[in-house]
Amino acid sequence: MPKFTSVAQLEEYRREMQARRDPQQQQVLVCGGAACLALGSEEVAASFREELAGQGLAGRVILKGSGCQGLCAKGPRVLLRPQEITYQRVRPEDAGEVIGETLVRGRVLERLAYQDPNGGAIRAYTSKIPFYQGQFPLVTRRLSLIDPESLDDYLAQGGYDSLSRVLSEMSPEAVMEAVERSGLRGRGGAGFPTGRKWRACRESDGEARHLICNGSEGDPGAFLDRALMEGDPHAILEGMAIGAFAIGAAQGHIYVGHGYPLAVQRLKAAAAQARESGLLGPRILGTDFSFEVKVHRGAGVYVCGEETALLEFIEGKIGEPRNRPPYPPQKGLWGQPTVINNVETWANIPVIIAKGPEWYAALGPEKSKGTKVFSLAGDVKQTGLVEVPMGIPLRRVIFELGGGLKGDRDFKAVQTSGPGGGVLPAQFLDMSVDFESFEAAGGNLGSGSMIVCDEHTCMVDLAKYFLTFSFEESCGKCTPCREGTRQMLAILEDITAGRGQEEQLGLLEELGAAMMSASICGLGQSAPNPVLTTLKYFRPEYETHIRDKKCPALVCRPLLKYTVDPETCTGCLACVRECPVGAVVGEYQEVQEIDQELCAKCGMCYEVCKFEAIKVES
Amino acid sequence: MNDDLISLTIDGRAVKSAPGLSLLLCAREHGIQLPTLCYHDDLKPEGQCRLCLVEIGTAPRTRLVNSCTYPVEPGLNVQTASERVLAARRLVLELLLARCPKAKIIQELAAELGVYESRFRTDNPDELCILCGLCVRTCREVVGVSAISMANRTPNKQVSTPFLEDSEACIGCGSCVFVCPTGVIDYAEKDGIRTVWGRDFELQPCRICGAYIAPKYQLAHWAKITGDPVESFFVCRDCR
Repeated sequence: MPKFTSVAQLEEYRREMQARRDPQQQQVLVCGGAACLALGSEEVAASFREELAGQGLAGRVILKGSGCQGLCAKGPRVLLRPQEITYQRVRPEDAGEVIGETLVRGRVLERLAYQDPNGGAIRAYTSKIPFYQGQFPLVTRRLSLIDPESLDDYLAQGGYDSLSRVLSEMSPEAVMEAVERSGLRGRGGAGFPTGRKWRACRESDGEARHLICNGSEGDPGAFLDRALMEGDPHAILEGMAIGAFAIGAAQGHIYVGHGYPLAVQRLKAAAAQARESGLLGPRILGTDFSFEVKVHRGAGVYVCGEETALLEFIEGKIGEPRNRPPYPPQKGLWGQPTVINNVETWANIPVIIAKGPEWYAALGPEKSKGTKVFSLAGDVKQTGLVEVPMGIPLRRVIFELGGGLKGDRDFKAVQTSGPGGGVLPAQFLDMSVDFESFEAAGGNLGSGSMIVCDEHTCMVDLAKYFLTFSFEESCGKCTPCREGTRQMLAILEDITAGRGQEEQLGLLEELGAAMMSASICGLGQSAPNPVLTTLKYFRPEYETHIRDKKCPALVCRPLLKYTVDPETCTGCLACVRECPVGAVVGEYQEVQEIDQELCAKCGMCYEVCKFEAIKVES
Repeated sequence: MNDDLISLTIDGRAVKSAPGLSLLLCAREHGIQLPTLCYHDDLKPEGQCRLCLVEIGTAPRTRLVNSCTYPVEPGLNVQTASERVLAARRLVLELLLARCPKAKIIQELAAELGVYESRFRTDNPDELCILCGLCVRTCREVVGVSAISMANRTPNKQVSTPFLEDSEACIGCGSCVFVCPTGVIDYAEKDGIRTVWGRDFELQPCRICGAYIAPKYQLAHWAKITGDPVESFFVCRDCR
């Protein structure tokens, strides 16, 4: 690939390459997303390589590893193009048949095709699968189509077209106005208008300006930024370069969470490619605009995803948040004006330039524009990565894309945005997915994790889970967060252990309100959210734990009671052997009994009983 | 000159302040005292304890900020003792009281706001460290050696030397002990040896009267920063 020294040269190269590429070229794309990799997609790809060679197709069929193909629950996934046939749960030994039957003979392999979890219809083509039909992919649109390590693939899909247009046709002010007019708001959690942030930075005095891409993504259940960084790294670089041009920044930094080594590798590789091709570094595409990017890997601290703690981290200090003001656009990295946007936000920038701000602003309700990527997890049938237009009803995300709840259980709640997000009950299922609606309900559209809970989830236990996370990750700098998370967790531990007092509910609310208004940063300010929203929408569940010492969802162990059903017990003694405390007693082939005093409520007897003779109640 | 002053309102009073001043110091200049734990005149404010909280803005859009780090702004409406401020401040004290029930300064500050006991759980009744960070910041900003720092996060947060081992950077000056509001840092002096942060420091006796001046490491540190020969510090203040 040449080092492009002009916009014209880049466009010429793109045209020639696109002309060379046959749209009917047969491609096998093996998903290299995190879930599929974990399920062995590398072995699947290796097997395809071998089989293609064995069947004499090595030169004729292109085999690629792609980014996340979305339906993570059913990996490893393989996409066949141009047919757009998607196969799931593909094992290495399936490669030969896929090639022989589908590629050569054009027959669909039903056993590897998608099966609708509701009704069982077999659907092989992506366009027929509700999970994909309901989506509106903008920032995720390339993930399943390109090799994340190939700049040519990115260019062939229109990559760096927005940057070349910005550099050849637009002024920094015009770019700024486009982002403002698009209505784009930050996708990292707070939803601050991106254009306004950029302008504040450009209008601040400083010797230099900096750009930061926040790829921390530490929320449990969130994996969307990871998919973007690993699957389409050039899009993030392109978005940052456009932002740098608008703001007047020469240096950018990408902070990647410790748990994402592949993202670090891909972003570094992409930056090196872009540098060699004149798309990054000094005098980009032969213009006067220069921009450099450095990739930083985190050290495993959640709070470093908080923007000012992130600044401290990059400066080499302890990752603890700063007091505001000054805000980063005024005084950020090294005391200079800095824009910090999250991965998904940066990935939206090239889209806004390519499609135009008016087109973008036409998507979604008044104050929430564009699309939102969610990592759909929890008790839904189809977990995975989805991108939907803002304003879509929440119900569609969970029941159409997610396919409803596993085992067709009842929906109980949905938790978004990780430990700082709220828990919303069924009454909000018809709510529109946008910043305002979530905020009004007490939730948070936030970072994009969406965890669906069924009827077997205990709301007090759920709140305790998130509080444990916040407590362990609180940096401890300010009193309300450090001591508040500790005490809030202690109260939840009391309640789930049957030691709760009624007045503790009021204390939780009082403490939550103080933490929200008195903590330094977003972690402490939002940590009470799971507690306050569950208290608001599921208060009777808390009261049952306290008054009746019962856990209706049968989750909180100290409140459970295990008994033997004399009708079904065969006296096989399996439970007797497993019980670690010797609480199950009885003779062989006689009905067993559980000593409630001794019982540790570990549930082992329940697990091993083949006759469902162990009953659990609360 | 007066044009440069910033006009704002504190507790309903129109006041003028030099630009760049924090709300805490501006309030003090106008006779309003706010409780603080982690604030010190000689150190950069860090806003950790959250006791100096004030409410800014006009209803219904108000919020709490810590006055030690928030600068005066033209037209700002500040309330230093609103219901919301007092409620948050009381709760912060209640949390600190649960953490350090025996810390006298916490007991006193809490009592001033009518808080005599905490509704929260105490894990260690003998805990005295309120994690205000004054020691760490003094060591870094005043002494200039950074021998101690905050280590770990909330569950195990503590002030410590690196890896809890003897700090080679420590000069034994005892500034951390002096600045600590609760007296939690162990410190002893016996037979010409000062012990602090688990390390023994040999003290330099005065060449004239023989009274101990300071640890030898500290005098060496002085010599380094002043450029004077270390021997020039071997006479105590009284004998000079």
